[in-house]
Amino acid sequence: MDNHFDSIIIGAGAAGLTAGIYLSRAKVSTLILNEGTVGGQLVLTHEVANYPGVEHVSGYELARTMKQQAISFGCKIRSNLKVTSLQLEGEIKSVEINNKETFTAHSVIIATGGKSRMIGAPGEAEFKGRGISYCATCDGDFFQDKEIIVVGGGNAALEEAVSLTKYASKVTIVHQFDHFQAFEHYSDEAKKNEKINFIMETKITQFMGDEKLQSVTLEHIPSGDLSEMKIDGVFIFIGYVPNTESLEGIIALNPNKEIIVNSNMETNITGVFAAGDSIVKRFRQVTTAVADGTIAALVSADYINNIKKQSEVLV
Amino acid sequence: MSLKTNLTHIESLEDHKSVIENNENVMVCCGRMGPMCIPVYDVMEELENEYTNIKFADMPFDSPDARVIRDLAECRNFSGLPFTVYYKNGKVVKATSSIQTRDQVTSILDEQFGK
Repeated sequence: MDNHFDSIIIGAGAAGLTAGIYLSRAKVSTLILNEGTVGGQLVLTHEVANYPGVEHVSGYELARTMKQQAISFGCKIRSNLKVTSLQLEGEIKSVEINNKETFTAHSVIIATGGKSRMIGAPGEAEFKGRGISYCATCDGDFFQDKEIIVVGGGNAALEEAVSLTKYASKVTIVHQFDHFQAFEHYSDEAKKNEKINFIMETKITQFMGDEKLQSVTLEHIPSGDLSEMKIDGVFIFIGYVPNTESLEGIIALNPNKEIIVNSNMETNITGVFAAGDSIVKRFRQVTTAVADGTIAALVSADYINNIKKQSEVLV
Repeated sequence: MSLKTNLTHIESLEDHKSVIENNENVMVCCGRMGPMCIPVYDVMEELENEYTNIKFADMPFDSPDARVIRDLAECRNFSGLPFTVYYKNGKVVKATSSIQTRDQVTSILDEQFGK
């Protein structure tokens, strides 16, 4: 593979794939480098019911179709790799991946998306899949007639807590604040469910067990009081964090580590654009990611064409 | 009923027996087409070309014959899909529950089967 492209896109979620479709269709040679599964957060969605023009589709199917569209227009995709080094200043940008291969391009679109936030307490990694879950629809049926905790106070936490009452005998929502951030109808639904109770202003500080999770340590935040609670399972829904760790010090981020862009999806570095869940924005939806990716691709294509025209004039 | 992947599909007890008897090193991912499982299938599809000494297969978790995985002693404390089981010469050498990254999978493959 020739390692120079017109554009490199980092990330193959909805934003990155959309940018790949638009650029490749415009005959802009494009490489997508992706650290995880193609589709990003989209494949974590069981059913997408609000994507205009498509009545019901799984996130996986939608992502697969986007990937096939991008490839059909000539886009190259490399996935399950690690970006180890980025050089974004100047006319030629370079991206190195874990096997030391280096790719260059005139423009880079960063569409690294986000990932589920973890609690970070001792035992969390150890008991993942042995009592700790991040997906109610995947793992709910393992907790038939069991007592579980749902951590979080947003829409996802309260909606999933209600759905988990189909399986669990008791669901305890543990939340760090004294109020929920979720829309009122989600919290109302949870509050009127007899299987659900609430422990507010509290966080989990440790997960304990033998071969599987058996209990957690709870800390009442205002008082600092610790208590142990026996539990069969814990489902964690505490939001997302942008995948921008490797960009710190390279590109302008806000205090939440989200990439700062203007309405053209331009970052503070000329020729570097960003799109999707890793940028500063209020609504993180497939549709908004697709819109960001479209804008980033079109503005990036203009940028590349201008560079090429200037080069021709100089020649 | 098979999963929508490009891996070898195990759909019955007979398939399972044949795959683990006819291959020295086997990785079987038993799951659904769900959010925690798809990333593991995706990693396996990519690794098929790199690890030619290993047979990569999937099995639908809800198939009755998937009890051959679900009921393994190594999986008795599992509560997260997918259940991924590694066999060497027909014996289970490792099993994991829930989503795994490429690094986690390759680390097991290298440790159990060698590069």
